[in-house]
Amino acid sequence: MSRPRADEEEYWHSSKCRAFTFDDEDDELCQLKESKRAVNSLRDIVDDEEDELEKVSWSGEPVGSISWSIKETASSSSTSLEGRDSSLQKGSSSNAALPKQVSSYSLSSLFKGRNKLPSLQSLSDALSDTGVKNYAPELRRPKAEYKDYSSDWSPKDTVRRMQRGKVCSLERFRSLQDKLVLLDEAVAGHDGNVITAVLIFLKRTLRREILFRELEVRQVALCHLIHFLKETGEQKMLLDLLRFLDRTEEVALSQYREHLNIQDVEKKREFLKGCIGLPFSPEDISHIQDHYTLLERQIIIEANDRRLETAGQSEIFQKYPRKASILNMPLVTTLFYSCFYHYTEAEGTFSSPTNLKKTFKIPDKQYVLTALAARAKLRAWEDVDALFTTKNWLGYTKKKAPIGFHRVVEILQRNNAPVQVLQEYVRLVEDVETRLNLATKYKCHDVVIDTYRDLKDRIQLMAYKCKVERGSAEEEKINSILNNTQIRWKN
Amino acid sequence: MASATRHDVPEPPDFGILKRLARDQLIYLLEQLPGRKDLFIEADLMSPLDRIANVSILKQHEVDKLYKVESRPALSTSDQLCFLVRPRVKTMKYIADIVNADKMSGRSRKYKIIFSPQKFYACEMVLEEEGVFGDVTCDEWSFYLLPLDEDIISMELPEFFRDYFLEGDHRWINSVARALQLLNSLYGPFSRAYGIGRCAKMCYELWRDLEEESESDSQGRNPEIGNIFLIDRDTDYVTALCSQMVYEGLVDDTFRIKCGSVDFGPEVTSSDKSVKVLLNAQDKVFSQIRNEHFSSVFGFLSQKSRNLQAQYDRRRGMDIKQMKNFVSQELKGLKQEHRLLSLHIGACESIMKKKTKQDFQEMIKAEHSLLEGFDIRESTSFIEEHIDRQVSPIESLRLMCLLSITENGLNPKDYRSLKTQYLQSYGPEHLLTFHNLKRIGLLTEQAAGETLTAVESRVSKLVTDRAAGKITDAFNSLARKSNFRAISKKLGLIPRLDGEYDLKVPRDMAYVFSGAYTPLSCKLIEQVLERRGWQGLEEVLRLLGGPEFSEAGGGAEAGPGRAGGRTVLAVFLGGCTCSEMAALRFLGRDRGCRFIFLTTAVTSSGRLMEAMAEPRS
Repeated sequence: MSRPRADEEEYWHSSKCRAFTFDDEDDELCQLKESKRAVNSLRDIVDDEEDELEKVSWSGEPVGSISWSIKETASSSSTSLEGRDSSLQKGSSSNAALPKQVSSYSLSSLFKGRNKLPSLQSLSDALSDTGVKNYAPELRRPKAEYKDYSSDWSPKDTVRRMQRGKVCSLERFRSLQDKLVLLDEAVAGHDGNVITAVLIFLKRTLRREILFRELEVRQVALCHLIHFLKETGEQKMLLDLLRFLDRTEEVALSQYREHLNIQDVEKKREFLKGCIGLPFSPEDISHIQDHYTLLERQIIIEANDRRLETAGQSEIFQKYPRKASILNMPLVTTLFYSCFYHYTEAEGTFSSPTNLKKTFKIPDKQYVLTALAARAKLRAWEDVDALFTTKNWLGYTKKKAPIGFHRVVEILQRNNAPVQVLQEYVRLVEDVETRLNLATKYKCHDVVIDTYRDLKDRIQLMAYKCKVERGSAEEEKINSILNNTQIRWKN
Repeated sequence: MASATRHDVPEPPDFGILKRLARDQLIYLLEQLPGRKDLFIEADLMSPLDRIANVSILKQHEVDKLYKVESRPALSTSDQLCFLVRPRVKTMKYIADIVNADKMSGRSRKYKIIFSPQKFYACEMVLEEEGVFGDVTCDEWSFYLLPLDEDIISMELPEFFRDYFLEGDHRWINSVARALQLLNSLYGPFSRAYGIGRCAKMCYELWRDLEEESESDSQGRNPEIGNIFLIDRDTDYVTALCSQMVYEGLVDDTFRIKCGSVDFGPEVTSSDKSVKVLLNAQDKVFSQIRNEHFSSVFGFLSQKSRNLQAQYDRRRGMDIKQMKNFVSQELKGLKQEHRLLSLHIGACESIMKKKTKQDFQEMIKAEHSLLEGFDIRESTSFIEEHIDRQVSPIESLRLMCLLSITENGLNPKDYRSLKTQYLQSYGPEHLLTFHNLKRIGLLTEQAAGETLTAVESRVSKLVTDRAAGKITDAFNSLARKSNFRAISKKLGLIPRLDGEYDLKVPRDMAYVFSGAYTPLSCKLIEQVLERRGWQGLEEVLRLLGGPEFSEAGGGAEAGPGRAGGRTVLAVFLGGCTCSEMAALRFLGRDRGCRFIFLTTAVTSSGRLMEAMAEPRS
């Protein structure tokens, strides 16, 4: 807001971004539409036969693709692929491209001489196989099954072997010193998979407090353990660890996180109630409190409204049946719901908008936007009017809004407000250029005419005369203004 | 900008071999379980698998039925079950449940798990704990690299971003190193390697380690790819957060390109069908507009449709023989072009409609102000209104992150107020999302009344106290200071405006963002390649904070005269956006070099934001 409006407007108009606009009336869209027409007109020449480029099933997947056939199994899991074999083969586009083996990279050469039974593989065999690695380093049978009981690998070699996917026994690392050296080597080796493997071993062979203490000074390893515990769902140990580290906020958040997996609303509400006492940051405590209160309210509103709806006595529910339950919806959605179905209720009821506004300290701006959207949707134009009307102490009424009136216009327009309603708010748009744009776009002739008159812009006014209907009241108005000799036109 | 010794852009190497290798290995693995079997495929692997194999290939190797790995209990009646999965704890529990249920009912089957791209020890531990270790056999399918296009190779690991940058887990570093090893052996040897970021450095070191061990005989070979550049996504979040303006980027943001193909719904096809379209260099229409700024796309499409019309019109006045020729030789091509043209026009229209609805114009204005650093108040209230109107949770989050990164964090008052309104608009559980964003450094709160130097001195005091563990957090948050404004100034990321920026004839990489901003990631790559190192960029490096490197690799230096010397593998750890690819393609054309993109996944602001939400298990 630091810059004067006009200045800024000028900036944006001179700026490089101007070369391209997303405006409806833009030439480029016309251009696009034109090309579309041209292309569409060609359709009848082209569409004389099925497009054989790609056969697509009803779901849009190309027939013969793997995703397609999985969907098929899901829908009719009793029939095997056998039955539609022929149709699949025909449709599959990649069928023609069967693997062409390039001799030097062929698989047979890569696997030649390999023993099929991995348990018979000798140690020297496993170590001297670099020759085949050149082209496809990992294109071999993993040696996971191959066990190594040799105990003389150094920590570094152990880590190295594990990085290459070989199983190594870690049992011989028994002293704390050895374990930590192993862990540090794993971290130095950069492979998270190995770091986690070592941590799993340490977790099994060390008392928690000792493990935690050592991890506190090993941040990379610590991250791995935390991530591992999250993934395996070992919540208790995770919380112990976070408490040990004094990360109280994370303790609270990871407990709160569990609510995501509770389906039953009553249980969820109870759970959230329990969360209120957790060590959140002061700022977050109010959010948690709000979450609990919101769900509590929603449960009450939902029970009430469902009853009303099924009883069939409430007009609004019959006219506009609810599309979904209000449970677990955000606050703003709840407010919208309440403005839609419970607008006139007294503040005392849980479902009234004013009650929600007060309880959750909803800012004016937010409240007005939501109420406006809800009332406009119901085409309750008087409510819209009341939302922006304020009286001063002399009894004069004035329109005021905590949001820009261009925003009000946009919301009204989206809900197909009639021109009479729309133009009242277009008139209130402060910025002249925006006002003119909106007024022209939504055919609020009066506003356009008055604005040009106020601008003393005779040329624009004359030009606008062509845009209104012949013999209409608007045309008459323009004429009378143009004939008004009192006005000192600027052009 | 053209250099004196101007070379043509080298052709990209043929990456088809990567597909063949992956397919052949999969077939080999399937053959390890002889006889008829049902195959369970992880949802994330379906599209990549589709790109290298199809149902008939699977059937040839005795795969009977295909199922998706999901929480529903399996219905399969086969005696052999094969699971093709990502190495995840959750999936292991799913498999273990199936095996245990069989055991309970006294049923005996064979089970095989094929991990792609590799197995994790944690997975084996779960199998052991669940009591099924030994009942299942495990294999690895080293499917690290999926060529999505002639110049894009994806590892298809979108979880890389969250795993590494949020959780600090190094599990995928080995996969990247192996991917580099494979590329080096097929298309190298890489003679020069550059990089920035901790992850980049680790991947590079582990790869070198693997290379030393394998002693490949690549010496003396003429490389097809001579240079590599590794970059961490957290070096440049700003670029990934900006609204994309090139066609491919807009298609990705609007329709989500998945594994190189997109589903165009009825609103695009103007029929009741959806169409799956492969978007790559083979699409003659798409390949010409993918890198263009959206504003120049319309002109191109209308020109193209006029040409097409003219081509069809030639039929008039043809005699029988000419007509026969026309039908047999040209008609098919014209038809295909027609089909593509109408799809892309439909897509453009749909994009326009969506964008006009969301007051895109205002949004772009707010974004540009944030990038340039003026009228911050006004942009903040724009974001606020965006949230209040519940426009889009992802977009709101994106704009807040952009505000935070460009401003080195939000001031506490704004942070609290925006956060509160966000939770009210989109749901209180996003408290967890905010916590994640804070941890990763995308959305932070400036410490009240504390200057950077104050933090620094406090940290150094902690160091002497040897309370090493607790420091790292402090250090991390220090390192995460984005310093965007200063970096932007040093590198000249905001082009000075002299006259109008002609988006149809771009003069630099900034065109991808309407001439308002040059992507930081791409600018770094440009500068380092130009200087053949980091000399002269010391100040920028200090501001970026991440470790950098520039080293001669294994192979002999490939001169700029050779194609390999002018081919650069740009490795994006944590994801690369379509805009970045477009910008580097432009740079390549300008400088006569070829960029090949290796990314952990093609990403976008939407995907990055979604990765920050806490999933329900």
